[in-house]
Amino acid sequence: MNRSRGNDQLFQELCRDIGTNRVHRDGASQLLYSRDGSAFPGGIPGVVCFPETTQHVVDCIKAANRHDRSFVPRGAGTGLAGGAVPCDAPLVISTTKMNSILEVNYEKRFAWVGPGVVNLDLTKSLAGTGFHFAPDPSSQQSCTIGGNVANNSGGPHCLAYGVTNAHILAIEVVLPDGTLVQLGDVDGHASGYDLRGVFVGGEGTLGIATRIAVKLTPDPPEIRTLLLDFMDVADAAKTVSAIIASGIVPAAIEMMDKRIVNVVEEFVKVGYPTDAAAVLIIEVDGLPEGVKIEVERIQSISLEHGARSVRVASSDEEREQIWKGRKSAFGAVAQIQPGYYLHDTVIPRTKLVEVLEAVYEIANRYELIVMNVFHAGDGNLHPLLVFDPQEPGIMERVLVAGEEIVQVSLDAGGVLSGEHGIGLEKKRFMEKLFSEEDLAAQKLLKDAFDPDGRANPFKVLPSGASCSEVNHLNQLPDGAWV
Amino acid sequence: MNDLEDFRESVGESDPVAVVGGRTHWTVGGNPTDDTRLVSAPVGIDFFDPSEMTVSVKAGTTLKDLNEELSRYRQEVCLEGSSETTVGGALMIGTDGIRRNLIGSIRETLLQAEYVDAKGKLIKAGGPTVKNVTGYDLCRLLVGSLGTLGLVGRVILRTRPQSEKSVWLRGGLSPEKARHICFRPSSLLWNGEETFIQLEGYGVNVDSEILNLKNLGYEELGVKCPISIPSFRHKFVDGMSLDNGIIDVYSSILYKSVEASEPQHSEEVLRLGNRVRKMFDPLGRLNPGRDPYRTGP
Repeated sequence: MNRSRGNDQLFQELCRDIGTNRVHRDGASQLLYSRDGSAFPGGIPGVVCFPETTQHVVDCIKAANRHDRSFVPRGAGTGLAGGAVPCDAPLVISTTKMNSILEVNYEKRFAWVGPGVVNLDLTKSLAGTGFHFAPDPSSQQSCTIGGNVANNSGGPHCLAYGVTNAHILAIEVVLPDGTLVQLGDVDGHASGYDLRGVFVGGEGTLGIATRIAVKLTPDPPEIRTLLLDFMDVADAAKTVSAIIASGIVPAAIEMMDKRIVNVVEEFVKVGYPTDAAAVLIIEVDGLPEGVKIEVERIQSISLEHGARSVRVASSDEEREQIWKGRKSAFGAVAQIQPGYYLHDTVIPRTKLVEVLEAVYEIANRYELIVMNVFHAGDGNLHPLLVFDPQEPGIMERVLVAGEEIVQVSLDAGGVLSGEHGIGLEKKRFMEKLFSEEDLAAQKLLKDAFDPDGRANPFKVLPSGASCSEVNHLNQLPDGAWV
Repeated sequence: MNDLEDFRESVGESDPVAVVGGRTHWTVGGNPTDDTRLVSAPVGIDFFDPSEMTVSVKAGTTLKDLNEELSRYRQEVCLEGSSETTVGGALMIGTDGIRRNLIGSIRETLLQAEYVDAKGKLIKAGGPTVKNVTGYDLCRLLVGSLGTLGLVGRVILRTRPQSEKSVWLRGGLSPEKARHICFRPSSLLWNGEETFIQLEGYGVNVDSEILNLKNLGYEELGVKCPISIPSFRHKFVDGMSLDNGIIDVYSSILYKSVEASEPQHSEEVLRLGNRVRKMFDPLGRLNPGRDPYRTGP
């Protein structure tokens, strides 16, 4: 197909259907929307649209279908797996202008929001109401609720509260054939197949969310945040397992190793102990009496497992400082190298010690700097391979080391992704985890939603054709900034 | 039967087939057609690591046997049913119990499933870890599917710590006021006149909330649910008559002794659901006669 001529016709019809000011195909827009927060340099979008209503989204998809063109849903583009990278000149449909909080029902504890509402904006809008939206991915200052739905996003507090799927009650979706459908209901009890549940985490390959009913979680009456430091990474990892084994499920357990602690402390100066081999940030919440018990038990368990000190934040300001360091980690890395490659495997929590040791060994063997800052409580590793992309030969080493880290995680009984998704980045690894028949079963779901394969093609599953513009990217990330 | 391969062979590749468990929810969504061959799922707990808070269990295992093993380590799973209900049966029915507000939805419980598909092949869905976004989450589809997409042989489930203390109370606050008084009660029921609150957690937490509620006239009733909950689930809509039913306030489910009329779904949802079923089972051999869209809310 002549994509250039097709672009002209598609552009004109979109301008007619949703308004000229909402349709872009200039070079700057195409460049801007050619990539996301991942390592992939980018494909080429056909036309970029900014719908403001559900009907606009329907019109966009119908226009794409008339022109036999695929489409890529896009939120803030903070994804780290290439899920929003356009392949084969698709229509890019950005939902960032659908950013209104449409209805808040405190009595029934839900809110309908547009997919373009920024995660932190929703949190801020609920401040003081006694409720919050629990998923808090590290990119929450810029990522959208629609993106959270697409990736089934996590965040530090998902340990006790669950990932995004547990906080989405219903979704209004435009299916790839242009049909409008509501999946789930605000009571969270729709019978039949859990189509809402599979749509969440579908990475935009099953349709586009146009309205989302999120669950409002009551604020806990008491919160305590602890900063624990260890002179041995293994002791920190063993402490995580011991806390979970004791029957305590904290709101969050985050771990940072010495390298990242030093980089963060230099960057934001929040009082982290820079001589420690690792620190744990643990947060517990609930009724005051129970929180007191859990703080005491965690103190006791951690000291038994080699913690050098346990600091309990005594004020909201101190608590915010502790979290500020953790949330600044990825930005802080820029101080030492201009690029990084971030993995997202999950392992059984009881395997933390051996897998972390293997990660360090792999990095050492390939003469790479690795930093670990991750959701230790649910075993979700985030090894950061930090490097200068200009250094000859380093990309190859980063890729090979990364693949070994993935393999070590799988060998330990883990999975490929805990919260970033598969996108383009990890689909080449899917066959390491699933058999051909397993993947064929997953394809059945995709085909039921999208028989013509137009919704965000080339993502998630390794089968079928591949994205011509970004094939080479499977071998060559250039570092990612989020 | 204790082997997945034997289970796969018993399911076969061609004729109408269904798994029979404890028959505790046999008629939900309709009976299988007369020509349906019945097979049993394998039985047994494969591994349980209390420090990982996951358990691998075969689908034919009863909830009673599973809970006995888990309770030795003061843990439980979010599956509810009678003692004869099987793990596979509870998952295929897929309805949440009245404690959902505390323990979460059954749909969050299933981490990995190994099932036999319509072609007789053994398929693995999901993964063994407590957090996972690796590919499409077919486990979500299987829960509540009444075995129409695949016949589950073995699963990995998320477990949770048992509560230190559990107690029911009865009093006169409206449901709206009661839900504001308590922090995350596990159950809140209303019969139109009184509210019944189940509190769970650390003993000190429960005791302090009991004190609050007693000051508001509530009566402590013990560990067991003090009222009989009718069998049939109806979606409760504001203004609807309770008609001797009991409302699960957090879920807006009205439990009644009469069966609900068929739940209403949009044409678009039914069309998509039917497409899913057709894709997974083009010849309609898995649990023919059953329809997940005919079950209650």
